[in-house]
Amino acid sequence: MRSSRALAAVALAVTTATAAAACSSGSSSSSPTAAPSANSASSASTTAKVTLTWWNNATNQPLLGIYEAAIKGFEAKNPNVTITNVPVQNELLQDTKIPLALEGNNPPNIYQQWGGGVLGQQVTSGKVANITADVSSWISGVSGANGWQANGQQYGVPVDLHVVGFWYRKDIFSKVGITVPTTLAQLESDDAKLRAAGYAPIAVGSKDRWPDAFWWEYFALRDCPQATVQSAIKSECFSASCFGTASTDLAAFLKTNPFQTGFLGTSSQQGAGSSAGMVASGKAAMELQGDWDPSVMEGVSTNKSLSSELGWFPFPQTPGSAGSQTAVLGGGDGFSCTGSTAQVQACADFLQYLDSPSVQAQIVGPGQTGEPVITSESSAITLPATQTAAAYFKTASYEELYFDTALPTKPGQNLDTAIANYFSSPSSSTASAIANSPQTP
Amino acid sequence: MSRSTAIEAGLGPAPAGSPAAAGPLRAPGWRGPKLRKKTELTILLAPALILFVGFVFIPIVIAAYYSFYNWSGYGPLSDPIGFRNYSYAFHDPAFIQAIEHTLELTVASVVIQGPLSIGIALLLNRKFFGRGFLRTVVFAPYVLPPAVTGVMWSLILQPGGFADQLLKAFGLGGLVQLWLANVHVVLFTVFVVLTWQYLGFGIVLLLAGLQNIPIELKQAAAIDGASPWQVTRRITLPLLAPTIRIWGFLTVIGSLQIFDIVWVLTEGGPAGASSTITSYMVLQGVDSTDFGFASAIAVILFVFCLVFALIYQRFALRRDMQGAITRAVG
Repeated sequence: MRSSRALAAVALAVTTATAAAACSSGSSSSSPTAAPSANSASSASTTAKVTLTWWNNATNQPLLGIYEAAIKGFEAKNPNVTITNVPVQNELLQDTKIPLALEGNNPPNIYQQWGGGVLGQQVTSGKVANITADVSSWISGVSGANGWQANGQQYGVPVDLHVVGFWYRKDIFSKVGITVPTTLAQLESDDAKLRAAGYAPIAVGSKDRWPDAFWWEYFALRDCPQATVQSAIKSECFSASCFGTASTDLAAFLKTNPFQTGFLGTSSQQGAGSSAGMVASGKAAMELQGDWDPSVMEGVSTNKSLSSELGWFPFPQTPGSAGSQTAVLGGGDGFSCTGSTAQVQACADFLQYLDSPSVQAQIVGPGQTGEPVITSESSAITLPATQTAAAYFKTASYEELYFDTALPTKPGQNLDTAIANYFSSPSSSTASAIANSPQTP
Repeated sequence: MSRSTAIEAGLGPAPAGSPAAAGPLRAPGWRGPKLRKKTELTILLAPALILFVGFVFIPIVIAAYYSFYNWSGYGPLSDPIGFRNYSYAFHDPAFIQAIEHTLELTVASVVIQGPLSIGIALLLNRKFFGRGFLRTVVFAPYVLPPAVTGVMWSLILQPGGFADQLLKAFGLGGLVQLWLANVHVVLFTVFVVLTWQYLGFGIVLLLAGLQNIPIELKQAAAIDGASPWQVTRRITLPLLAPTIRIWGFLTVIGSLQIFDIVWVLTEGGPAGASSTITSYMVLQGVDSTDFGFASAIAVILFVFCLVFALIYQRFALRRDMQGAITRAVG
């Protein structure tokens, strides 16, 4: 009798807790819709104390210092807001901490957000704030912001953008006597000369799978019209024939043996044996990577003159194919908001501050990677190779989000795995596996 | 007074239920000692029981519950799909492949590591100069965290790395492989690293078993004219059998759950060529955030281990555990 009453009490407590949880999540998701009616200017200047927790991946300098300075700068302008900075190692943050926090009842008020289908999936938690109204006055000046939308609503804001392209060693290119290729055929002939000179022409970190995906996705951008790419991502199905062409083109390219020996077991960012490490140490001449690559290379290499030896060029053109020859693959780092109306409002104001010219100049400034979301600040980029990338980025016909991010998590991961399998053994069956991969249960 | 009655009642030779003991002992303090025994048991067992229930039993039940939902980890469990996660799993060639790899690693561990461990343990059980040092050396790899082992071996096994250089130095350059990149070799590579890490564990376990074999038996056999081989074959190995059986149990369960080294070395790649049940589970759960499906994989692995454990205990460990488990259960 006694124990059953205790049980009932526990059950009641659990129910109340669940109900409370449902309420809190309900209120936080409905708060943004309430926000438009509130006068944003007056709510920003209210004196009620607002405390925000900020999860980001800036565990290292200089970004750590830039973010901390941004907090100080913002708090000075908004004395009622206190922001606690919580830097977390990137993979831990992205794969574990954020998903778990969004399952729980106390997610961080500002958390790092890479946009796309993953954002769409996170929105289903009911905890990510719709900040469309909070940012409407300034979001139009932020490039790439539509990558942080779901169902046409703004659920996050980028603070920097990334572009995927070739990072190459200028010194090796000139030693071998080759120039930057503009077409795939030129890239292949460069590869042959590099291999003859004893270099691994291109390094790739296939162990991580997503670097393989960059290759297939770029072939897809070159072979498929923009509309086809975007509808494929939306419908999570790559069965259009041009994606088959992309696979065939990739297989033909793989046949030219462009990569380092044993590339299937190489990681992309860990240690001197990684693909980034191979380019940094001069064992390989180039790799197709995002613009964080120079900072990864610095971390795994002792080569002091690396930054002056690095160059950048876009993915080569494949003349005659149906897609855009100047489209780029990329993404960015952004942030989403959660919490009470006041917290979401303060979070949106803070994001506006991060996207202001002075902070943007630091975010892409010395020792940093990526392109600013305010195009005027690209002059703050210091690394010559990244300047080249940023200049090309401005002229690109369009930017497509990395497919694995544009898709929801599982379809995206399935696509990466299918492409990695294709790298391991290109065949018609592995190619059709790519086409259907996002919909594999 | 209370102390002596407690000892008599609780630990006395006569079981509480036996009719002879019941009469005289019941009269003075029947409630007291029994309550005390209960209290003692509660206090002593409670911490372990709470930990076990909280961190083993409840998670298993929750995982089983999740496994019946299509659940990405976000939001409430709102999409019950019955056994569909399980049917997806067994229709996914990648999962079947992962099961095959796990079984291959398990069988190889038992068949190859077993005789190796026994042989080395027998050698190290003899008295010779530097024995203590050699025992330490053999056991050292087991002390390393598996993640460290994985990182270390991934450096050693790089193309042109230490392993390749070593083979070439001994004129065995022809044996050089893409250890972690060749889909036909990578599972073998993983097994070699696993053996390197876990061989010491088997050896130490068996050495402990060897210490328990009375020297008199061997001496008597030797006096009776048994050759050293006969002593080993007829005396040592049979008496070592209980330890070997326990080692087999731990090895099989450990191999079924093998994760860390595989993950650090290859993440189950390339193209799933070194995937195991656990690496597949982590890919599906953590990387693809399909927690419902990954829970189903976890439950399948749990059932594999449980079934093996029960069968093994019933048939192989029956004699070793007589009185400890079998009698209490049966």
